Amino acid sequence: MLQIISPIMRVIEVPMLALQRMLGTNKIAWVFLLPNLILFGLFAFLPVILNVFYAMTGGDNVLLEARPFVGAQNFGTLTECDNFLDPNTCREDKFWRAVWNTCWFVVLQVGFMVGFSLLTAIILNRDIRARGFFRSVFFFPVLLSPVVVALIWKWILQREGVLNAFLDWTGVGGYNWLVDANWAFTWAVFISVWAHMGFYTLILLAGLQAIPRDVYEAAMMDRANPWRTFRRITLPLLSPTMLVVVVLALIKGVQTFDEVYAFTGGGPGTATTFIIQYIYEEGFAGAPRLFGLAAAASLLVAGVLVVLTLIQLWINRRNVDG
Amino acid sequence: MTSKIMMTTALAGVLGLAASMASAQEVRFMCYSDGNECEVYDDVLSRFEADNPGIDVVIDVVPYQAIVENLPVQLAAGTGPDIAKVTDLGGLNEYYLDLTDYVDTDYWDASFADTLNWYRVGDRQGYYGMHSQLTITGAFANATLFEQAGVELPGAGATWDDWAAASRAVAEATGTDFPMAIDRSGHRVAGPAVSYGAALNGPDGPTLSDDGFAAFATQFVAWHDDGTIARDVWAGQGGSTYRDAAQEFINGELVFYYSGSWQVGRMDENVGDFFDWQVVGSPCGPGGACSGMPGGAGIVGFEQTEHPEAVAAVIDYLASEEIYAEVTARTRNLPAHLGVASAGVEYEGVSPAAQAALNGFAAALPDVAPAAFWYQGYAGNRAMYGITVERLSQAIVGELSVEEAVARMEEDLAAAMAETN
Repeated sequence: MLQIISPIMRVIEVPMLALQRMLGTNKIAWVFLLPNLILFGLFAFLPVILNVFYAMTGGDNVLLEARPFVGAQNFGTLTECDNFLDPNTCREDKFWRAVWNTCWFVVLQVGFMVGFSLLTAIILNRDIRARGFFRSVFFFPVLLSPVVVALIWKWILQREGVLNAFLDWTGVGGYNWLVDANWAFTWAVFISVWAHMGFYTLILLAGLQAIPRDVYEAAMMDRANPWRTFRRITLPLLSPTMLVVVVLALIKGVQTFDEVYAFTGGGPGTATTFIIQYIYEEGFAGAPRLFGLAAAASLLVAGVLVVLTLIQLWINRRNVDG
Repeated sequence: MTSKIMMTTALAGVLGLAASMASAQEVRFMCYSDGNECEVYDDVLSRFEADNPGIDVVIDVVPYQAIVENLPVQLAAGTGPDIAKVTDLGGLNEYYLDLTDYVDTDYWDASFADTLNWYRVGDRQGYYGMHSQLTITGAFANATLFEQAGVELPGAGATWDDWAAASRAVAEATGTDFPMAIDRSGHRVAGPAVSYGAALNGPDGPTLSDDGFAAFATQFVAWHDDGTIARDVWAGQGGSTYRDAAQEFINGELVFYYSGSWQVGRMDENVGDFFDWQVVGSPCGPGGACSGMPGGAGIVGFEQTEHPEAVAAVIDYLASEEIYAEVTARTRNLPAHLGVASAGVEYEGVSPAAQAALNGFAAALPDVAPAAFWYQGYAGNRAMYGITVERLSQAIVGELSVEEAVARMEEDLAAAMAETN
């Protein structure tokens, strides 16, 4: 291998040394960073800048130069509300329905997700039979495409689905789950937890395994009961991992779109319409295509995500420093 | 050696140039199929290519979603195809190639008459689109269920109320899941709304909030509340997503299904002799009309093409009476071509029931109210369809009252028009 690489390195070395002599040792780092910077600028930074410009324009033309400048009008349209708690009083009621749906979804989904993931991780951390099998079983849904997850559960929950067939068989009687707004929302939360908890379980499991065994042995010698051990040892020592899990789950929760969109289409009515679906529908699926409004809404969501990401970075730094 | 390399390079250059000149008249046709349309176009256009060796038509078969969502963006960005089969007839007018200078306009006027107006907007009053398949909304009834229930099928001139009462009676007597269903589409409810008196184009412009539309909305929501109409169709989805109830009708779970002529092929193939079905047209409403909603798709060329003459030649070929008649018969669509329609179409490979159904839909065309005909050609109709679906769905699931939903429709429409004007 070295025989192949060495001649290549010698060929590269000559121009690189010349470049280093020309730029100096410090500036040569930029040459190495340049390919990544170009890709990042082209596919991440430039779209963000364009998005800001789109948010300040109106009309339905996709070409930026053909769109009239409207300043902050799109933000004004989104935030014009008599009472933010009642979407019916808002000019863009669909946006606020989506915002509140997203808030409720995030609270419930993250709460249940972290709770079940912790419980599962604790069980899987014990010396139970077929531990490897169960670890795989809980992680398996994470490997599925969101659309596959949605279709599987749609087949189970639709009017003539597997669940209703079972309920009919038991004599309980089926129910039209996906036509009822409350049930549709509840199932959306459940499916999201089912699909993603394997990932968070894995992180928490790693956190649990990092807790030194001798701390538990000391607790056992002090005759601490299991609940006290959990409360006074496991939870405090797992809290840095827990915080990372909560923040990651929050970010993922705010971004929820594909699996719920494929599952309910955002219905019944707007019961499971979340903020990303609102952006998609305003910008791409509806007529006219309101790119400006969609861009403004996406900037507001981006603001929330930036705050959540900063919290995560702060937690990470605190953990490292600690 | 050097001269050999130079000669080879020159030869390759000449061959490349010749090849590019040979394919200079490549025309890309973005096509979607409701049934087998693209397949049939591919076949008839291969004969066109044989007669016109300078033109190579490449058919790009895409899903309908691509026509609705991707094509407008491609056209705005200048990267669209040369020809496409479209359903947003007036909405894409700004991109259409005017065929006036390339086709026999007298023939087009005589053959396509008023449907030509569906492709015209404002000052652009040329010849843009050949309406390749005409559709009309209307109802299918499960005749076997009516017979089993001992209920007479309401006859000609029956109202929506008559059909609702009869369908409920049949569903109750036979234990059928749903008496009625209407596709989740703004286009589909437009015909019934017009029959209830909706003007759609009021004195102050397009509207979704006049008394006629509000009366229909109130009745439509009430039918959902009392179980006359299947909630699954409208309440089982969000946004403005389309959903039909054809599968429920095919499964024998539905007594009366309001959809349209394009479903005939599907019914013919899937129902078979499972039960008897028939087309019963559009019921009448308190507004006095018994109107369905016309629609369909057309073939248009785009201004951004590099080969306008070739594009026009392809479209004109498809518009010729002989080819149009052949395509109509093979694709089992209603003809918009007056010559083909008056000669009658002998559809290929359809059962007598399907032939009767298609004839039944064709017979309902004269009942289309002027408001419905205008709506089909209105450039902003897609926005109105979407608004109708979203707000009516919210009223059905109880997020808004009917009055609030109708008021929101008007606000949404005003906002949409402000953005597009």
